[in-house]
Amino acid sequence: MTMTPATTTASTTGVAARAAGVWKVYGSGEAQVVALRSISVELRRGQFTAIMGPSGSGKSTLMHCLAGLDTVTRGEVFIGATQLNGLSDAGLTRLRRDQVGFIFQQFNLLPTLSAEENILLPLSIAGRRPDRAWYDTVIDTVGLRDRLSHRPSQLSGGQQQRVACARALVSRPEVVFADEPTGNLDSRSGAEVLGFLRRSVRDFDQTIVMVTHDPNAASYADRVVFLADGEVVTELREPTPDAVLETMKRIDVLAANRGGDA
Amino acid sequence: MLRATFKSLMSRKLRLVLSGLAVVLGVMFVAGAFVLTDTLGRSFTSLFQTAYAHTDVQVAAKSKLGTGVGNDQGVASLPASLVDTIGRVPGVASATGQVQVDGARVIGPDGKVVTTYGAPQFGMNWTGGGTAQLEPGSRAPAADNEIVVNAGLAKAADLKVGDQVGVLTLQPKKTFTLVGIFGFSGGRDSLGGEQSVAFTTPVAQQLMLGTPGAYSDVDVRAGPGVDDVALRDRVQAAVGGDYQVETGKQLAKDASAGFQKALSFFNYVLLGFAGVALFVGIFLILNTFSIIVAQRVRELALMRALGASRRQIINSVMLEALVIGFVASVLGLGAGIGVGALLAYVFASVGASGLHLAGIGVPASAVIASFAVGILITLVAATLPALRASRVAPIAALREAAATDRPLTRITVTGGVVTAVGAGVLAFGLTGNGGDATLWAILGGVLVSFVGVALLTPLISRPVVSALGRLFAWSVPGQLGRRNSARNPRRTAITAAALMVGLALITGVNVVLSSATASIHQVADTQVSVDLIISGGQNSPIAPTFDRSVLDKVRSTPGVAQVAGFYGDQARIDGKDTSINALDTPAALHDMFGLTADSGTIDALGAGQLILDRKQADSLGVHVGSRVPVQLTRGGVRTFTIAGIYANSDVYDGWVMSAADLSGFRTAEPEQAMIKLAPGADATTVKTAVNDLLRDSPEVNVADRTEFVDQQTSQFNSILTMIQILLALAILIAVLGIINTLALSVLERTRELGLLRAIGLRRAQAMRMVTVEAVVISVFGALLGLAVGSGLGAAVVRALRDQGFTVMAFPWARMGLYLVLAAIVGVVAAILPAIRAARVNVLAAIAYE
Repeated sequence: MTMTPATTTASTTGVAARAAGVWKVYGSGEAQVVALRSISVELRRGQFTAIMGPSGSGKSTLMHCLAGLDTVTRGEVFIGATQLNGLSDAGLTRLRRDQVGFIFQQFNLLPTLSAEENILLPLSIAGRRPDRAWYDTVIDTVGLRDRLSHRPSQLSGGQQQRVACARALVSRPEVVFADEPTGNLDSRSGAEVLGFLRRSVRDFDQTIVMVTHDPNAASYADRVVFLADGEVVTELREPTPDAVLETMKRIDVLAANRGGDA
Repeated sequence: MLRATFKSLMSRKLRLVLSGLAVVLGVMFVAGAFVLTDTLGRSFTSLFQTAYAHTDVQVAAKSKLGTGVGNDQGVASLPASLVDTIGRVPGVASATGQVQVDGARVIGPDGKVVTTYGAPQFGMNWTGGGTAQLEPGSRAPAADNEIVVNAGLAKAADLKVGDQVGVLTLQPKKTFTLVGIFGFSGGRDSLGGEQSVAFTTPVAQQLMLGTPGAYSDVDVRAGPGVDDVALRDRVQAAVGGDYQVETGKQLAKDASAGFQKALSFFNYVLLGFAGVALFVGIFLILNTFSIIVAQRVRELALMRALGASRRQIINSVMLEALVIGFVASVLGLGAGIGVGALLAYVFASVGASGLHLAGIGVPASAVIASFAVGILITLVAATLPALRASRVAPIAALREAAATDRPLTRITVTGGVVTAVGAGVLAFGLTGNGGDATLWAILGGVLVSFVGVALLTPLISRPVVSALGRLFAWSVPGQLGRRNSARNPRRTAITAAALMVGLALITGVNVVLSSATASIHQVADTQVSVDLIISGGQNSPIAPTFDRSVLDKVRSTPGVAQVAGFYGDQARIDGKDTSINALDTPAALHDMFGLTADSGTIDALGAGQLILDRKQADSLGVHVGSRVPVQLTRGGVRTFTIAGIYANSDVYDGWVMSAADLSGFRTAEPEQAMIKLAPGADATTVKTAVNDLLRDSPEVNVADRTEFVDQQTSQFNSILTMIQILLALAILIAVLGIINTLALSVLERTRELGLLRAIGLRRAQAMRMVTVEAVVISVFGALLGLAVGSGLGAAVVRALRDQGFTVMAFPWARMGLYLVLAAIVGVVAAILPAIRAARVNVLAAIAYE
């Protein structure tokens, strides 16, 4: 990316994406809704971060803002060395294409394309050739080699999500954003996908940010950031499902305390 | 249920507007046709009432043939003595002998004949009576070389009092001094676009009737208090049965009735447009409703699960159609009134300048036809989708995925059967065995074939669309667009089929016309040994003629070997009305056209003799030596002898008589001449010489064989233009269909578009994706149209092989042009949906909470 002058400093190296004092406000006046309230968060390179919070806590909004899908009202957002604020639609599109990978909950794949074509789609759109060795590694990791010519309708939900994972990884993005990637899967398929995401962090030093409300899914991450009412409430390192569940139960209290402190 | 229907209607406004537009256009032409003919009809009625305002009773000569073809009425005359006879009838205040005959062609300042776009060119005697009023500075013609003309003609030909004016009549060009210009009450310069040249009575009799001392009719004024009907009967009794006697009122009525018949031409054209619009519109509406039903499967299933009956589901869809049909009809009627008024205005100001338009009227028939057609078409188109909607099982409400594409077996088999039936009916029509039903069999066969091919289209679409798509597969958006266009073969097919109809029609006509042109060229080049041809293009009921004396001058021009002058007229031979030629050099038939005598002799035709081609001779049952009664335009019935029968030829057919019998023809001026050059003569030199000889005959020119064929076939171009306008309309509607289909695709694939945008598809790439889909559909439709049209055209050409279609020629260049046009149409149709696709909000598209 050469289109925006890098505004990063040495202190931010090792950070794949970061939000600084980010506000997201919808509407104005009486109808004003604050989705994000002065959020600052750094996502370290090579880390698997989960963002949790109850419905309406702003976790998806945060992810959309970090990923360049949505604009912020105030504050700054960086992906790698690129500042997202002020990028045009074309700039954002190119950023998403070259530096970001996406895994959505559903509708991840184009029904008209085969699994392989779906995986290579971001590269094809950019007009880039895949790195063969890396491609093979990804395919073998997700275990889809014998399904490459299948259409999405011929794949199970878990397989579809693994194709989506492979697509997100194959362009070696700065960050992969996963929005409830296991939300539509049974627990076994979900575990497969999560295990795969964790492995790509461990083995390939990939940075992954995952939004979820499933404590079990969050436990696969290295770090869990908890949101409530648009603010970061607390975070956990090396989480266990129980610890995550425990924090979620107390999240309203934590949020209230925080509000009191402020 | 009713409320649900209306809610669903309102939620799909744009879609319905698009599909309704086709009905609006169709209804517009239907309503326009009725409004136009009604308005013009009433305008002409009032025109003729004005024209005959001062005539109480008119006595006219009966024509010899009474066919109404050509101008056989024109030379019928009554003797001057009859005027006195009529003047003595009790109750007659005055009887004036009049000459008023079509066929006085004025030569304009550019040396060419002033045209009227179909209105008559009267040559008359100046009687000073009637409705005509001389303008200031004018006077009546007093000498034989003086004329007056109506103001409309003066304006068109840029004439002023004192000008020398050349006029063509039954005789070659004669030059007159213009001494006056006349108009009509209310400042009109003509009654209805006609041109009138008024001579002194003897000149008019000589030039227009060809009979000194005769009149074409007698204008009778009744004395005070005399009833015109009673007077008519008394006059009729006085003149006897050989003459037609009518009251002025009746004449006005008859004349305007005659015009209404001529106006029906406009009706046919507009109804043709309406037919194309509505036929293509059916495809569009059917597609729209199919898609709406497909999108609402879960909603419909829910209704069924909640207890709605099949009938209620059908009714709800049909009710939607009814509302659309009704609204479209209202809009179409409104637009049609506008179009009718506009066309009437254009007609009055261009076609028949000076026609005083009656107020624009909306006859009840326009309203009834509009609603009947608009609503019926919409309901017919919605029937299939409604039936399909009723077959949605309640369980579909619970299913996750939309119904998968159904197999194409049934639709393909149906399509095959329908196409076969259509082709059969078409073949029956083309063989010409259908009698009166022939035209309907051809039209019906074509329509049914279209429907059949449309049903086959989904099956064809798979391989063709896939192959077409490969052309665009070099880029990712192109590849995606190609895949999208192959996703729903039914939808792609029906959208393309709408385009097919228009293109198939135009291609078919193109094939027929280019084959005709090629055939004529081939015949001219291989079977005709004529080097130069004198002829003119006919654009009025009077055939163009030229000065007879030119023929002899051409004969004595160096380098000319043989000249044959052709004279044309109508005749009644053995009780049958027919056209006939007279020929001054019978040997030319063999020397120039290669005709050979099948029986008798054909190259020594004398007075009182006829020759004919073998085919007609056989069908009439005549042979050499047969004696047949012949009535020509002038004179009484004479008996002619058949001197020869010539073998069938692609070049020439029909009755021929000798120029010795020309006295029976309307005019003794030739229509055409064929010139054969001496070996070694320079064609260009001779042509220039002949051209000089023709200076006073501006209606004709001299052309070599190729130019002549080009002139003859140039009228095909105007046919083609007409059909292409029709095609433009059909394409417009097809474009609506493509926009409709694409808009739906974009809507349905919002999530996919969102995903694509999220993972980095640029806006321009999203637009290209939609554009490729549109172009694939439109080019597919065009290919289908070209193929079906070529098939239709080839069938017609083949069927007409005996009529002289010896060569089958495909207009490749033009067909290529249509294909390119179709691709452009696809790009244009994609604009709006592509913009919509580019504007898809990524966040909204991928949101699922």
